Amino acid sequence: MEQNKNWQSFGELNKSEAYNKEVNNEFKEELPFVEDHSGFLQSKAPRRDFLKYLGFSTAAAAVAASCEMPIKKAIPFANKPEDIVPGIADYYATTYVQDGDVVSVIAKVRDGRPIKLEGNSLSPITGGGTSARVQASVLDLYDTARLRFPTIAGKEATFEAVDKAVAAELNGAAVIVTSTITSPSTKAVIAQFLAKHPGSKHVTYDAVSFSGMLLANEASYGKRVIPSYHFEKAKAIVSLSADFLGTWLSPVEFARQYATGKKINEKNPAMSKHIHFETVASLTGSNADEKYLCRPSEIGAIAVALLSAVKGGEIAGVDAKLKAGIEAAAKALTANKGAALVVAGSNDKDVQVIVNAINDAIGANGTTINFGATVNYRQGIDSDFAALVDDMNAGKVNAILFHGANPVYTWPQADKVKSGLAKVKTTISFNGKLDETAAVCKYVLPDHHFLESWGDAEPVTGHISFIQPTIAPLFKTRAFQDSLLLWSGDATEYTNYVKNFWSAKLGGENGWNKTLQEGVINPATPVVSGASINSSAVAAALIAVNASKPSTKIELALYQKVGIGAGQGASNPWLQELPDPVTRATWDNYIIVSPAMAKTLLNIDLNNGGQADAYEVQPPKKVVKLTVEGKSIELPVLIIPGTHPQTVGIAVGYGRAESLGKAVIGTGKNAFPLACLKNGTVNFSCSDVTLTPTGETYPVALTQTHFRYDTTQGNRTEVMKELTLAEFTKNPKVILEEREEEAKPFGGLEKFEAEATIYPVYERPGIKWGMNVDLNACNGCGACVVACNAENNVAIVGKPEVLRGHEMHWLRIDKYFSGDMENPNVVFQPLMCQHCDNAPCENVCPVAATNHSSEGLNQMTYNRCIGTRYCANNCPFKVRRFNWADYTGADSFPDNQRGEVNDVVLNMNDDLTRMVLNPDVTVRSRGVIEKCSFCVQRLQAAKLDAKKESRPMVDSDIKVACQQSCPTNAISFGNANDKHSAITMVREENELRSFHVLEQLHVLPNVTYLAKVRNQSEAEGEKAEAKKA
Amino acid sequence: MTILRSLAKIVSIFLFITLSSSIGNQLNAQDGKSLFSQNCASCHAVNKKLTGPALAGVEDRWPDKKNLYAWIKNNQAFLKTGDAYANKLYTEYNKTAMNLFPNLSDKDIDAILAYIKSVPAAGAAPAAGAATAAAPADESDSTLVFGLLTLILAVVALILLQVNSNLKKLSDDKSGIPATEPVPFYRNKAYIAFVAIILFIAGGYMTTVGAMNLGRSKNYQPEQPIYYSHKVHAGVNQINCQYCHTGTYQGKQATLPSVNVCMNCHMAINEYKGEPLVRENGDVVDGTSEIKKLYKYAGFTEGQPWDASKAKPIEWVRIHNLPDHVYFNHAQHVNAGQVACQQCHGEIQKMGEVKQFADLSMGWCVNCHRQTKVQFKDNGFYSIYEKFHADLKSGKIDSTKGITVEKIGGTECQKCHY
Repeated sequence: MEQNKNWQSFGELNKSEAYNKEVNNEFKEELPFVEDHSGFLQSKAPRRDFLKYLGFSTAAAAVAASCEMPIKKAIPFANKPEDIVPGIADYYATTYVQDGDVVSVIAKVRDGRPIKLEGNSLSPITGGGTSARVQASVLDLYDTARLRFPTIAGKEATFEAVDKAVAAELNGAAVIVTSTITSPSTKAVIAQFLAKHPGSKHVTYDAVSFSGMLLANEASYGKRVIPSYHFEKAKAIVSLSADFLGTWLSPVEFARQYATGKKINEKNPAMSKHIHFETVASLTGSNADEKYLCRPSEIGAIAVALLSAVKGGEIAGVDAKLKAGIEAAAKALTANKGAALVVAGSNDKDVQVIVNAINDAIGANGTTINFGATVNYRQGIDSDFAALVDDMNAGKVNAILFHGANPVYTWPQADKVKSGLAKVKTTISFNGKLDETAAVCKYVLPDHHFLESWGDAEPVTGHISFIQPTIAPLFKTRAFQDSLLLWSGDATEYTNYVKNFWSAKLGGENGWNKTLQEGVINPATPVVSGASINSSAVAAALIAVNASKPSTKIELALYQKVGIGAGQGASNPWLQELPDPVTRATWDNYIIVSPAMAKTLLNIDLNNGGQADAYEVQPPKKVVKLTVEGKSIELPVLIIPGTHPQTVGIAVGYGRAESLGKAVIGTGKNAFPLACLKNGTVNFSCSDVTLTPTGETYPVALTQTHFRYDTTQGNRTEVMKELTLAEFTKNPKVILEEREEEAKPFGGLEKFEAEATIYPVYERPGIKWGMNVDLNACNGCGACVVACNAENNVAIVGKPEVLRGHEMHWLRIDKYFSGDMENPNVVFQPLMCQHCDNAPCENVCPVAATNHSSEGLNQMTYNRCIGTRYCANNCPFKVRRFNWADYTGADSFPDNQRGEVNDVVLNMNDDLTRMVLNPDVTVRSRGVIEKCSFCVQRLQAAKLDAKKESRPMVDSDIKVACQQSCPTNAISFGNANDKHSAITMVREENELRSFHVLEQLHVLPNVTYLAKVRNQSEAEGEKAEAKKA
Repeated sequence: MTILRSLAKIVSIFLFITLSSSIGNQLNAQDGKSLFSQNCASCHAVNKKLTGPALAGVEDRWPDKKNLYAWIKNNQAFLKTGDAYANKLYTEYNKTAMNLFPNLSDKDIDAILAYIKSVPAAGAAPAAGAATAAAPADESDSTLVFGLLTLILAVVALILLQVNSNLKKLSDDKSGIPATEPVPFYRNKAYIAFVAIILFIAGGYMTTVGAMNLGRSKNYQPEQPIYYSHKVHAGVNQINCQYCHTGTYQGKQATLPSVNVCMNCHMAINEYKGEPLVRENGDVVDGTSEIKKLYKYAGFTEGQPWDASKAKPIEWVRIHNLPDHVYFNHAQHVNAGQVACQQCHGEIQKMGEVKQFADLSMGWCVNCHRQTKVQFKDNGFYSIYEKFHADLKSGKIDSTKGITVEKIGGTECQKCHY
């Protein structure tokens, strides 16, 4: 393997001037010292001033310290509940539900406050995995922008007053508009309400709907359902722009299944083959083995061609590059009949009908696609809502109730919704925050957060996941179902309703309690079954698709970000500051263009070092005005390799109402109005887009180039190892041999630790902590980053600080490119403190605030740190973070945050928001370094649990936060001294792929990585190399 | 001085260890004490009749030890043997059935009996505390002696210096060297420099010591909302610490008892009839009126049934405060480490209102971690330290020193700071 074939930035690819300057510079930013040669006494800060400051600070410290010690109270319970021990966390099984998304979770409740969500491993759907949004949802509970009481026309009211007023008005038919409801009991409640109010109806409205697929399945199979998918059974996966690892349908479930096919058994290396047709760079496309770029309007033609190809026919109607892709896809699919799967992200019914036909032809129906267990994640049909909007405008709607749905923001023709709502007499919103729709409703009755609620969810037919409250409602909120029950004349509380609903089915009180404890009911043995396809539907779809010719103009693809979704994550600072896996940008949306378009549109030639620098080094990016069908939007442009040259992308979910919280203010613009209705469904792509540079610039907080490292001792790209499956099968020892070669001067890998250093080798009796990250399983989704935020009280710094490279994430996911700049391969690598046994940071600390433990931890002691940052400077992985400002409000001086941090950060210090903090982890103050601690609080707790029971510690005692959150089990952790622990096993079983990052430095990390193997034939790897050269 | 002090400490600790090991059953009594408080104390006191008889001299009353073992382990079975003394006891105490203790081994019972024997008749202090209590007295004495000695030596040195300079002047006169203008000692540069250095060192030392004591509050004894006497509860009445501090064994916090725990006993105990309660400043406290204060918090009126939901929590003043960046866990020390409460809280069973015993400084923590042995053989967790076990066996590690907390990493930063 040739060194340095990977790159992170265009400057690095070109070895540009600015890149070389930056990576060789000690500090990323200029030091705040003014050079002054006017002599010692004449200089701006002379000796006298220094002495004054010194004297003042000494005196101030003395005065502050000699004040009387504050009297603290210790207030016990009046009556202690038997099962609560202060200081010991309780865990409750519950379920994350948001607009149809369902993930079974365990809530960690510490002293009455839920502070962390972990995946529920009893759920066979997610297997204990979570997503970034699930991890962040606990912060939403403590959102200061939550509605605190019901209102009538914006004025505070009591529930009784609202009930009375609504009862008077609600005497005819009403329409309930909700996002997808997966709860069987809520559906029963709604049915009860509809029965009580004749003529009423329930419209399901999804912001990003699966109407196309639902209707296509109705046409193909006679059932308006979505089947469950089994990526784990597929040896060949073809995705037509479906982002199934990021945002499509049930990403946590699919990520887990997908990783099963990507993990390698070294003795018999085999893995699934994933071919992706990509319009705008996406998370799933970045993980694909082979990726072909296409326009959104070409997806239909590709589907038609692929159908023809898998049936052995001709490939027509696409260009040569795509033809090669379709041939490869067809080859892979037909070679793996019965173990192949095609998915498409399109919301066009006809495209989905053709995809159904392909799946039928390759034997996916009944193997990798299961109609025996349908999924309920998305049930909305766009045309139903479109009809409702027309009805509202025609004055046919008397009363409307919104729950979850927010069409005033997400419907492409939001103005029509608004004008329609103005004509509805009774408008009621149950949304928990004053979102765009609630703002125009007369009555607002905020619902509980899911962590305060009772409930149930049925994500997949037969799989039930229960919701139980983990905290009493913080505000005057009421369950949506309670209102409906009350208004349909049923005095039952929803709490009892759910209980009664299930108790009968679960064998009474005991069965109910047991199920609540486990959180889920799983069907006995899932039977995979197919459905018979109606071929006449295919013929009609073929005609329809062939009739629409792909455009030749510039196209726009609207997409959802992993963190923000359709806007649900926009008000959550953790999600806003999570670098988007694809662009590594925070706090904004933008227009994504390809390097080729950058050249024509913005005159930036990325192969020209100077121009690449101009684009890359400074945060302000050029702003472009995008116009489509008379609607326009002005956004900064980011150049992202892996995007089709004639397609641009914009993320939806931004530009939200300011009432949603500080985090949405000034972050991005709303792209939903750019979508359009096509054949009754919402189409998230548009052809014929015009782009005109405005000449202005706008700073985007991009983290891709932060924390670079490139010196003669090694550089950043060396920390990652990547190879193709062909290379690996040809010589499985390629990585091991490379490592041996490096260690040769010291007598080989065996003797490397002892011989390559002047330091002694320390013995580690007892425990030696170790972590392993499988780069094949990691797909870069970012769940671990947010989990780390939540577990370790990692501070939010806000956009201005991210712009300066001050973000605090202990764990970052580096993104590397290799190969062709227009369509590169991408590797994600989670990088956290490596806990080096010969750590370079430790030797340079003047106060020994960072040092090594006998268990192999690189310890960071905040109260000892004086903030020299020598350690951060000497860290080859750049994983140490410095508290440049008092982000957490931990300092004793109350006013020192003014002007330093923005409102979002200040809001994180609100008493309400601070309830999310983990009391076992110190909240760091200004001026100290912090970094990954391997979740030392969990390690200590695990050891103590074992000691209390007088037994050796076992793997199940300890899961670090990132490991727990990972949907693909990419991270293993444990005691490497224990011969039977998972970490020892995984290292032994994957000896050939394991490597340490920057091993040649002899820093001896306690984290091992397993090299990324991409399922490409050698030829393709070489082709990519050749193109680069 | 500090060296001397720590020397004195080491000597006293050494003395304590040799003394206690020489008496043999003293250690046994220590185990017995915790067994006693866990198993027996809820019904028995050593010198006082409670639900059951006072246990002082129990061995004299049971001539056959085997019978005593059988009785303690399963009194119901033993009653059936028809033993006269046992049946007499049973009827004497209103036929209240004693709990069964099948888990207690003969050795455990021996330990309990040893403890009972070690308790002096008048309920005076157990011997264990004596040695530690004696240590500070020695210390202050020697300080005074050394201080006086230093002073005397300094005066002697000063006089000798003066004599020396006078002699020098005489010899100079004799040999005809012209005498320089005599300088009084207070203007002598050498003296001034010497005094300045002494003052600087002393001042520096005092500043440093003062600065280190900032934020520490040894001997802190705030007035509490209710005069709650640990002496009465834990000392005289021998209530097990964990009856009230329930979190000690499981959790981070020992936890203060909630009002309903107080009321478990105080529903019935509504007046104080023990020895007079006296604050340190000499004020006499009326115990009964303090119990009435509790009733006020509990919302309890005597003679009426108590509605627990009316209770309000008592706002105690927190005495032991650790900084936020320190993680301390009671279960780790009390459960896993088997450390007695008194080790950190002092002789709590003798305190009226609680006073902070230790300064809770890092030096204090670390010192203990350096000296205290972990339950290396008894706790299964430590079985993974195979090398240490082998070294202990082979004698490579001194088994009297054992495996200290420090040896397994107990003085590393991230054991307490994270």
